[in-house]
Amino acid sequence: MGDVIGIGAAPKRKEDQRFLTGRGNYVSDIKRAGMTAGVFIRSPHAHAVLRGIDKSAALAAPGVIAVLTGDDVAADGLGSLPCGWGISDAKGVPMKEPPFPMLAQGKVRFVGDLVAFVVAETVEQANVAAELVEVDYEVLSSVVGVLDAVRPGAPQLFDDVPSNICCDWELGDKAAVETAFQKAAHVAKLSLTNNRLIGNPMEPRAAIAEYEPGTDRYTLWSTSQFPHVVRFLMGALVLKIPQHKLRVVAPDVGGGFGVKQFHYGEEAVITWAAKRVMRPIKWVASRSEGYVSDRHGRDHVTEAELALDENGKFLALRVKTLANMGGYLSTFGPNIPTNLYGPLLGGVYTTPAIYCNVKVVFTNTVPVDAYRGAGRPEATFVVERIVDVAASEMGIDRVELRRRNMIPKEAYPYQTPVLVQYDSGDPVGCLDGALVAGDVKNFGARKAASERKGKFRGLGFSTYVEACGLAPSRFAGRLGARGGLYESATVRVHPAGQVTVLIGTHNHGQGHETTFAQIVSDKLGVPFDNVDIVFGDTDRVQFGMGTYGSRSLVVGGAALSKAADKVIVKGKKIAAHLLEASEQDIQFEAGKFSVAGTDRIKTFEEIAGAAYVPHDYPLEVLEPGLEEQAYYDPVNFTYPGGCHIAEVEIDPETGTVTLVNYTAVDDVGTVINPMIVEGQLHGGIVQGVGQALYENAVYDETSGQLVSGSLMDYCMPRADHMPMMKVETHSTLCTHTPMGVKGCGEVGTIGSPAAVINAVVDALSHLGVTHVDMPATPNRIWRLIQNASVPIAAE
Amino acid sequence: MQISFTLNGRPTSVDVAPSMLVTELLREHLNLTGTHIGCDTSQCGACVVHLNGAPVKSCTLLAPALDGATLLTIEGLQGAPGSNRLHPMQEAFRENHGLQCGFCTPGMVMTAVALAQDKGVLTEAEVRHGLEGNICRCTGYQNIVVSVMAGAAAMHAANAGE
Amino acid sequence: MKAFAYHQPGQIPEAAKLLAAEPDSKLVAGGMTLIPTLKQRLASPPALIDLSKLPGLKGCTDNDATITIGAMTTHAEVAKSSLVRARIPALAALASQIGDPSVRNRGTICGSVANNDPAADYPAGVLGLAATIITNEREIAADNFFRGLFETALKPGEIITAVRFPVPLLAGYAKFKAPASRYALVGVFVAKFRDGVRVAVTGAGPGVFRVPPMEHALSQGFDPASIAAIRIDTDNLTSDIHAEADYRAHLVTVMAKRAVQAALSERPAS
Repeated sequence: MGDVIGIGAAPKRKEDQRFLTGRGNYVSDIKRAGMTAGVFIRSPHAHAVLRGIDKSAALAAPGVIAVLTGDDVAADGLGSLPCGWGISDAKGVPMKEPPFPMLAQGKVRFVGDLVAFVVAETVEQANVAAELVEVDYEVLSSVVGVLDAVRPGAPQLFDDVPSNICCDWELGDKAAVETAFQKAAHVAKLSLTNNRLIGNPMEPRAAIAEYEPGTDRYTLWSTSQFPHVVRFLMGALVLKIPQHKLRVVAPDVGGGFGVKQFHYGEEAVITWAAKRVMRPIKWVASRSEGYVSDRHGRDHVTEAELALDENGKFLALRVKTLANMGGYLSTFGPNIPTNLYGPLLGGVYTTPAIYCNVKVVFTNTVPVDAYRGAGRPEATFVVERIVDVAASEMGIDRVELRRRNMIPKEAYPYQTPVLVQYDSGDPVGCLDGALVAGDVKNFGARKAASERKGKFRGLGFSTYVEACGLAPSRFAGRLGARGGLYESATVRVHPAGQVTVLIGTHNHGQGHETTFAQIVSDKLGVPFDNVDIVFGDTDRVQFGMGTYGSRSLVVGGAALSKAADKVIVKGKKIAAHLLEASEQDIQFEAGKFSVAGTDRIKTFEEIAGAAYVPHDYPLEVLEPGLEEQAYYDPVNFTYPGGCHIAEVEIDPETGTVTLVNYTAVDDVGTVINPMIVEGQLHGGIVQGVGQALYENAVYDETSGQLVSGSLMDYCMPRADHMPMMKVETHSTLCTHTPMGVKGCGEVGTIGSPAAVINAVVDALSHLGVTHVDMPATPNRIWRLIQNASVPIAAE
Repeated sequence: MQISFTLNGRPTSVDVAPSMLVTELLREHLNLTGTHIGCDTSQCGACVVHLNGAPVKSCTLLAPALDGATLLTIEGLQGAPGSNRLHPMQEAFRENHGLQCGFCTPGMVMTAVALAQDKGVLTEAEVRHGLEGNICRCTGYQNIVVSVMAGAAAMHAANAGE
Repeated sequence: MKAFAYHQPGQIPEAAKLLAAEPDSKLVAGGMTLIPTLKQRLASPPALIDLSKLPGLKGCTDNDATITIGAMTTHAEVAKSSLVRARIPALAALASQIGDPSVRNRGTICGSVANNDPAADYPAGVLGLAATIITNEREIAADNFFRGLFETALKPGEIITAVRFPVPLLAGYAKFKAPASRYALVGVFVAKFRDGVRVAVTGAGPGVFRVPPMEHALSQGFDPASIAAIRIDTDNLTSDIHAEADYRAHLVTVMAKRAVQAALSERPAS
């Protein structure tokens, strides 16, 4: 019955059969008997007082079952959507944390804010009724950009949040940085924006809720990356439903990228409403609805300064950032531009002093939270851009400048000045590998060929590190996390020797059903086909924190590895009993338990069978059954990193940037399935390329409307935007995770924006261009060329 | 109104409202949920099916258009109906890791099959251009492109062998 | 989607009668614009009149000087038509660049022309080639047909049955695609006839328009260099998040040059 397929192999994915044949089970595919349809009414205004809602006409419309508003929420005494992190300023003053009601109360604060919920027999009836709900808004002036939001006289979102500043956060030794700047031979400065992004998983968010009066139990099917966390946040904190009375199921989920790792108001409203109407309710977001309600990402305005000595050694880095939070604090919101940003400003360099100040700002926009990379792409962009600026200003080759400042392989573990300690890494090795893989030595010839065609060609580097495998609970707790960040796994061995794994992470494209089965196959010596992975159901899986922050393999895989180890320990006890040997003499290898130095053997299947047929068990020392559970809380983050090289060609006539080559050499630690790792890197890189060249969430500054509110206006990367990428690994092993893994889900998105923009700047450097903001659209590039061309033409 | 058409090889007759979209008919009334809805502007391609042999976006197709037509959805594509055998294009996607979350996959595969039927063996540029109307957020397209080229070659070889 | 009545007339007079009886009803050809509009509840016509069962509206025919394309001919059919590819390859190339393969299999020439989206491709080809729009009632010259943003000369009850294109000596189309929507950010169709050159621009403004200075210059010398220095006025051009008016103006010149280049190296569309 199949082979053992272990760590390092690349079996085809277990999940593919159902997806390829249209037999996936996504939330929108599910039907429940008696199911009704729910439609949300959202604010069309960026900022308004809710003066009243008249739902009488809607309630009288055909098929309408209920129309619920913020007043109903208040009458039921429900909580508001909680924030999972509480950060503080330098003096220890906690962030401003205004309530985030699940349906707006008193005011709306962004276009898309939830105002009411209509339940009807059909979607069409609910839509018709929604148009009959009369909402009386008193429109207020709004503010969408961070620079505008902190200006005196700016519209205030909350009465008790002056200047719209949620928290004035800082990290690092400010005085040491100032001293270093005074000694500097050169100071490079850079102002930049990190563009607002919309995650756009291809499956829109959806939810179905059902209440069973006979058992007083609720079930919520949700497109969630972390069903157990939703159960806790929504059940315990918002709806006050006891945990054992609430089941949250996240079945197949069509991509997440962070967007689906938050507790959303829609989930709470639909679950609450299901009991009120005593019928199952289904809600499926349209893409347009997603644009104005899926949490957005990035949106920073930053000023950075790098101090260098006369040899180009980095002395200090000072970074000041305004980070957009949107209209409310989302689940992880304030953590992203602070704890996941400041500690990464060390990069792969030995910069001895770093200071970072982040003003976390409310605006009349969709709440901003984690999007693939989350804080770390922003940090990498700052560091890798300013290194290029410094190299250019000092006349030092940018590869050489990086090399001079890189942490040598021997210096690991390396303590940075911004909290984190890197356990392992080899930035120089990644750089050298990428220089070869990217054929950098022949770039000059390629550039000359482009020039003959009238095109500009540029090369860009990004040598980066990130922190992932979120997260050591103790460390996270010190930074303001209000929960733990461990993971859990159960290995259930069936009497015939097959294995079911119950794990708290969630698979929505990452290939967990395959990778985790490889780990079990490898550790227990059971055939790969005999292992199934169960996830995404709080009634089946014991507990879990879910999938985000490149944590599933690092933290979940570690829990699984520990649980498998426990199965082996138990198996040895059973084998000792069956083989009449001492437990210490039992060895386990390749699926067989044996007595050391003998040919006495019991197979894994025999042990599993015996575990469930305990006819002659020494029950006082040995329990029947073979099922083990482990929780794993990491001791540190993991620190994947690498070197990305982008090569672009620019058509100066139109300003079009074409990515022509892309090379990535990444250190992701142990690779369990190289096929899957490569796929994660491809996808991550293209999301970063999307940020650099195409994607931009744009708000109208006057009306606060999202202008890029559909796929017609928000440019997602398509197949014809990309060349074939070259992806390699150069791994050092993580010193503290059980298998040496580091995680690979986000590295592509973290490394790539800076590489691409550095290449664009390089291609335009002969025109005096020193920085290009993202996305580098044709219009933007054309204008830079126009502005530069004038003095050149006049020469 | 009553419409009759051939669905995945079987004659089908249903009563539909004229305003019913083919996506709704398939997903809500015929229990074929493999055809997905990823957007509302006919951009993403998760809903691509074959109407009379040509790929179309079923989210932008009214059910009455099916009357008298032949419709093929992802569920009808497999090598042998009712078995687990895959079509060569599906097999190529599996072999080359051309899918991650699986949501865009049915539309990708249907577009790819039509592209291969139309043009035979495909170049990388033809594939990238041919996938213009199908958005994937997971894979970065690289393995999809490899899959489609391999699948087209396999379909071509299978036809040549017949 | 709001409910509506649905008619599938079998003859053009019947379709016209239905339209006259219910003036707010909508004609539907491929539905590539209408159906998304209905889905977003931006329109709620009492009835749709489906043109797909009308006879004789599909296919391409030619005589000595013209090609006539039936109203219900899809973009894919035009792109693949051996007739169009042989005689006006630029028009086949234009059709092959509309939307994506699935859209091209449903979208029709009459739908595109009647809708007159300011960023659609066909209006540039129709105006650039001085085509004639044939309806159930009359013939309308392209120069009189397009009337600005989504407006045309079609009267209530009028149904396009075909578009007749004069065959030019040379023609070329160059499109700068809006990266997200794939519509034309700027598209320029250039056609050289015995009696002169026509240049039609789509995407840049509220509707398709001609560029007389470029037409004049190209009539003197049909070469990209002839128009390289011609800048069009930004006054009536569109500014949006994708392109500002001066950039669009610049692209008109660039795309016009490329269209001329394409015409000079004219080959059947791939």
